[in-house]
Amino acid sequence: MGSRLWKSVALGASVAAALAMAPAAFAKEWKTVVIGMEGGYDPWNLTDSSGKIVGFEVDLANDLCKRAGVECKIIAQDWDGMIPGLKAGKFDVIMDGMSITEERQKEIDFSKPYAAPPAAFMAAKDSDVAKALGAGKVVNAAKDPKAGAAAVKAIQAALKGKTIGVQSSTTHANFANKYLKDVATIKEYKTTDDRDLDLKAGRIDVGLDDYPTIASTLDKPDAKDFTIVGPEFIGDVFGVGEGMGLRKSDADLTAKFNKAIAAAFADGSIKKYSLKWFKIDTTP
Amino acid sequence: MDGAFVGTTFWRLMAALPLTLEVWFLSVVLGGLIAAGVVWMRVGGSKPLEILARAYVALFRGTPLLIQLFIVYYGLASLPAVRHSLFWPILREPFNCGVLALGLCTAGYQAEIFRGALLAVPHGAVEAARACGMSRLLLFRRIVFPIALRAGLPAYSTEMISMVKATALVSLITLWDVMSVALKIRNDTLVTYLPLILAGAIYFTVNYILGAAFLSLERRLSPHLRPRPS
Repeated sequence: MGSRLWKSVALGASVAAALAMAPAAFAKEWKTVVIGMEGGYDPWNLTDSSGKIVGFEVDLANDLCKRAGVECKIIAQDWDGMIPGLKAGKFDVIMDGMSITEERQKEIDFSKPYAAPPAAFMAAKDSDVAKALGAGKVVNAAKDPKAGAAAVKAIQAALKGKTIGVQSSTTHANFANKYLKDVATIKEYKTTDDRDLDLKAGRIDVGLDDYPTIASTLDKPDAKDFTIVGPEFIGDVFGVGEGMGLRKSDADLTAKFNKAIAAAFADGSIKKYSLKWFKIDTTP
Repeated sequence: MDGAFVGTTFWRLMAALPLTLEVWFLSVVLGGLIAAGVVWMRVGGSKPLEILARAYVALFRGTPLLIQLFIVYYGLASLPAVRHSLFWPILREPFNCGVLALGLCTAGYQAEIFRGALLAVPHGAVEAARACGMSRLLLFRRIVFPIALRAGLPAYSTEMISMVKATALVSLITLWDVMSVALKIRNDTLVTYLPLILAGAIYFTVNYILGAAFLSLERRLSPHLRPRPS
């Protein structure tokens, strides 16, 4: 009897000890962090001629990882499976110009935003839309709702009966579906490249995307007949900006990167990358 | 995941089924017509036409349908000559491009199925019909076509079923078929399995019905193979 009691006490103690040790043994050390991006969302991230992924988010990722003291590995992942891929553990962080929205926050956590560029429309220079809307002016719907509403009205009038192209399941698609559903035909594409091809082919009249992506499309020689038209939008469905997407269970990693982002803002590094890749300052 | 979400997802997918079936039906009919022409060239006896027909089959069976679809949709549209031609109003529409690409592809397979079916017609039967003095048309209608139809049906039904599945590719050229609606729901709600499983179940049901219909047709056309009633 005595020895039995002794045994169970010893067992209980060892179980308790094991449980106490468990968090230390199982908490991830975060030596390497895998980052998923599309590799085709120029200039956020793009694949260069040698097959390497480069771009604003690559420079930023390398910087932030150094500050957070982790080694980073970048892998390519289609926009379509971005959040499911993160949740399935194929990578630990999403960096793909992903806007922080309430809908997404139900599924994953976000770091503090590292960029907040406006959304912009592009159309052929000699098109009706370009004539009706004129060149772009920045409208901040978050700070000035009245100007935002007026800009939406102008866009609705100019796009009556036109076809607009957006990448599927983006804030730009949300904007089109919220404001332009009844006046225009909305076409949703898997990639922005496909959308740009159809714009050049004349299957769609306007493209809506974030300003840096549009600017980079327009930078290419075969896009010389196209230009940015109408208001450049901040706020409303476009949210507070773009941030890193992380699993809800990895709060420690989110905190690490938030600290790194704050430091990179403070010493002007993020602004430097923004000017290098976007040609404009997109810091939020 | 609640029942209401399953219901709305299912009905959103079902709302896209007519487009999937339309693309399927029009492309297999178009493919059938092209295939008839290709087979006629293939067995007609003219050497240059035969080579052309062989080349067609080799090309469309030998390359991925996805490449054919992208060449028709994005490739042709990138040529100014095509954009300024009188075909542009047709090729501008993704629906037409989808039907055309799928039709061209299935024509390659259907042509081979038709050819195999023609080869299955016994030489003796044709000879006997000729001996009876049948004209070419009558010979085709009474002898060749009925026998070839029975012989080609199993392979043809397989091709019809694989074409239902091939329509899922048109989701890549901005058409709202069952597949692209499933992908959209998956991306918007971030629920991965349910929309894909429901879409799979819809394709499965369509194909099951299609397969059963072809089986019953086969049975109707083969009374001579059924066991004698005792």
